[in-house]
Amino acid sequence: MSQLEEFEIDSTGNRVVVDSGPAKEFLTITIANQLFGIPVLQVQDVLGQQSVTKIPMSPPEVDGALNLRGRIVTAINVRRRLGLKLIEEKKTDMSVVVEHDNELYSLIIDSVGDVLSLQDKDYEPTPATLDKMWKDVSSGIYRLESQLLVVLNVPELIGSIKSAKKI
Amino acid sequence: MDDLIPEFITETQESLGELDVDLINLEQNPNDKELLGNIFRLMHTIKGTCGFLGLPRLEKVAHHAENVLGRFRDGDLKVTPVYVTLILESLDRVRGLLSALEENGAEPEGDDSELIAKLDAVYEGKDEAESVSESESEDGDAVMAVSEAEAEVVAEAEAEAESVVEESSPVEEPVPVEKIQEAKVPPPPPPPAVVEHHDDAPVVKESAVAAQSLRVNVEVLEGLMTMVSELVLTRNQLLQILRTQQESDFTAPLQRLNHVVSDLQEGVMKTRMQPIGNAWAKLPRIIRDISLDLGKKIDLVMNGQDTELDRQVLELIKDPLTHMVRNSADHGLEMPQERIAAGKSEIGTVHLNAYHEGGHIIIEIKDDGRGLNTERIKEKILSNNLATSEEVADMTAQQIHQYIFKAGFSTAEVVTAVSGRGVGMDVVRTNIEKIGGSIELRSIEGKGSTFQIKIPLTLAIVSALIVEVGGERFAIPQLTVKELVMISEKSENKIEKIKGTPVYRLRNQLLPLVSLSDLMGLPSDNSFLMGDGPSSDNTELEKKQDFIRVSDEARAKYIVVTQIGSYLFGIIVDRVFDTEEIVVKPVASILKSIEIFSGNTILGDGTVIMILDPAGIAKATGKIDTSESAEDEERGKRVVRRSQTTSLLLFRAGTESPKAVPLALVSRLENIYLDKIERSNGKMLIQYRGQLMPLLPMDSTNAVGTEGQKPVLVFAEDTKVTGLIVDEIIDIVEEHIDLQVSGQGGVLGSAIISGKATDVIDVGYFLRTTDTDWFKNHGDEPYDSVGLGSDKRRVLLVDDSAFFRNMLVPLLEMAGYDVTALESARDALNMSEDGEVFDVIISDIEMPEMSGFEFAEKVKEGQNWKNTPMVALTSHATQQDVSRGAAVGFSKYIAKFDRESLLNTLSETLSEKENAL
Repeated sequence: MSQLEEFEIDSTGNRVVVDSGPAKEFLTITIANQLFGIPVLQVQDVLGQQSVTKIPMSPPEVDGALNLRGRIVTAINVRRRLGLKLIEEKKTDMSVVVEHDNELYSLIIDSVGDVLSLQDKDYEPTPATLDKMWKDVSSGIYRLESQLLVVLNVPELIGSIKSAKKI
Repeated sequence: MDDLIPEFITETQESLGELDVDLINLEQNPNDKELLGNIFRLMHTIKGTCGFLGLPRLEKVAHHAENVLGRFRDGDLKVTPVYVTLILESLDRVRGLLSALEENGAEPEGDDSELIAKLDAVYEGKDEAESVSESESEDGDAVMAVSEAEAEVVAEAEAEAESVVEESSPVEEPVPVEKIQEAKVPPPPPPPAVVEHHDDAPVVKESAVAAQSLRVNVEVLEGLMTMVSELVLTRNQLLQILRTQQESDFTAPLQRLNHVVSDLQEGVMKTRMQPIGNAWAKLPRIIRDISLDLGKKIDLVMNGQDTELDRQVLELIKDPLTHMVRNSADHGLEMPQERIAAGKSEIGTVHLNAYHEGGHIIIEIKDDGRGLNTERIKEKILSNNLATSEEVADMTAQQIHQYIFKAGFSTAEVVTAVSGRGVGMDVVRTNIEKIGGSIELRSIEGKGSTFQIKIPLTLAIVSALIVEVGGERFAIPQLTVKELVMISEKSENKIEKIKGTPVYRLRNQLLPLVSLSDLMGLPSDNSFLMGDGPSSDNTELEKKQDFIRVSDEARAKYIVVTQIGSYLFGIIVDRVFDTEEIVVKPVASILKSIEIFSGNTILGDGTVIMILDPAGIAKATGKIDTSESAEDEERGKRVVRRSQTTSLLLFRAGTESPKAVPLALVSRLENIYLDKIERSNGKMLIQYRGQLMPLLPMDSTNAVGTEGQKPVLVFAEDTKVTGLIVDEIIDIVEEHIDLQVSGQGGVLGSAIISGKATDVIDVGYFLRTTDTDWFKNHGDEPYDSVGLGSDKRRVLLVDDSAFFRNMLVPLLEMAGYDVTALESARDALNMSEDGEVFDVIISDIEMPEMSGFEFAEKVKEGQNWKNTPMVALTSHATQQDVSRGAAVGFSKYIAKFDRESLLNTLSETLSEKENAL
């Protein structure tokens, strides 16, 4: 295991970048104690709890829509997308705003961690035996020292959501 | 000329400026392909536009210049200053022509053959020496010289040569011939050695039009519009915040901001507005082509070209409009000989009319052709299995006509190049409905058809009604909202159910309802609103509702009555807030397939709200085919039309059953103190407004009493007043009256009003009781109901009020007359033309469109009925009216509610007529 470079966001909001070979930066998020990573360039914003307008008849994964500085953002519950149980108390809801096809989506997750720079040599493709629901939306695994990080494939995660056609 | 000219001038001035610069650049970089391409394109555009606008001189110059440029572009002519100069010269010519065009609105007279000859010489690669020498000679020779090169041009040039004033090129520098001959390709002609300068050569001026208007990329405008939309939203948010605060320093500046934003919004909207004439520009040409192709004579009359509407909307209606005009000209108008045979003028007319009407644009396409062929449509319906023959038999012509909006429907027997492929009207309708518009059709066989399109002014910012369902708020575009109905536990009309499907009785119509909460699966309690349906109706919905705790909140619901095209239905919501201006934003792509939403937006308070699409709701809740529902509505409308409603005052007197009197006959309602009633000569009187008013109890068997108050219906005519004492005023209702049982002694008959059997009282009867003078003009003659001979006398009754028609027809029929009742004087006159004969005409005086007086004048002027006696019928007879009536030919004047004297007068009039014969 090589050493990982952690990137801290300092008080002025700048990231302290340490270059150590081919690496990619990921924002780490936790859902049901599992560490996930979203390529940092795809992340637009990190939000706390928001008031969300429900959208009836929408796909189950869609929690609703919210107003982010005048733009309408569609909230997607990642837990539901991953086939996980919803937490009853949603007090700690965090969301990561990503852009997909010029539209903003906020991915509701449990908590947001740090930004990590992960080196290519720690990368593994998604295990073939992984739960299909997860396999579909992950684009690989990074071996961290203490745990594994699943890379979320954001375009796939959003693109695969289909509106329920039952009307 | 037309409106396109200024636009063309602006555009061309711009292109010319660009060309000047480009050409100079080209001279320096002769091998710049891109530059060349650009120059060529610009010149080509100028040529094309000139050709389109019918500017032959400009076109010709541009065309020949383009030829030369073409050779540059293809690389077989080298770019040299001589040639560039030549091109520039052509540009100057174009510019000069443009100035003249701008000034006079027409191309100036003149000849460009010399310039063209030079251009052609270069194009043809002719030996410069020859052509130059020739071109310097006089006109005719120049033309001849060129003719060898290009016969076509000759023909053109020759044609002009005679009327030509010689004009030479204004500027030209002689260029040494040797230089030019370096070119590999045949050497170009050198410029003329002598340049003549004419004073009358076109003066190049700065274009005033070009200076005044600016061409802006549509994208820039769209961007502006988006930003203004955002600004409007932010303004709304600020105002919302302001509303919650009592005193604020921001009040004044925010109000100003509010106004400025509104003005800005209006201004930006204006930049998007375009006259509808733009969409019509192609039409005259289309009509011309059709008339040539089909040998019809067609006149296209366009009105309201200046009516402006949003570009976006304009784009969307362009094609449907073109299609419909084409249809009118092709299907609608007949061939000249047919028209002549039908007694019409040989030239058919297609009218195109546009105007504003309450936030909408109305566009009418009217032709005076043959109208829709109902029979042929019927056949088509049957052959396409769109309806059964029984259904068709029940349909009216109007309903049948609606079928032309169905897919795959074309009645043209032969598919012409122009139309008849059956892909038209359904697409037209769909396109128009897509932008929130509607289309109506009226057609009279033999007289022509009229299509009326109604479209909203703009699509960008819409006014929306904010409603709440199951705790969630939604916006419904105001345009589709017809009305709101509140239903509470106390409401008389409840939501009723047929096998679980909610419906509501809205006036005379059964309104299908959609419960938004059920549709969207949101919790909401509807149960208390439902009438007690049959127990077998225990549907899933109701079962579900058993589990929903009934809230203690205000137990009222609202029905948003919505109209899609012409289909009317109600949406049940929990609450209704105010309306708000919203900017429709598209929903995220993963939500696009939810058809009940047309978009989403951010409200003033910052929350995101979904915009409901009523069309989607209609679609989601039933297999609603809008064209069918249009027929339903048509049917509904007609029923209403036939059974026009009357305002009725409902009251109680004596018995429990309600009584009714037409409100129009009641002058006032008063409450009188019974102890104020005085009695004289056995009659009750009361001092009323300085005169004595006779009072009558409605129910003479009951004593009126002496204490307390009672309502009185006051009837007044001229200076006479009479009061009718009743027990209680119940209501005023708008209902259609159908007298089903005829009554006697003060009761005209009974009808079902508000669901109850109601006596409609005969006001005349009461009025006569108080004062026999009331109808002194024609009150006393006995009337002879029999003895009118075995042939029934034919009576024509003209009255716009359905009530009186319904009241008088049975009355007259009972008296032995054959009655024809018509709604308007115009119908009556049509009947006169048709040669119908009547023994007497009874006409109302106050009627819309044509009053009774006018009607009488027309009748007396005409041939058929001029000897038919006429009786006027009115509810308000003044002496002036009577004398005017007499002047125009009414032999008698009868108060409307006096049936006795009506019958008397009729028999009297008829016998007078017979005696006269």
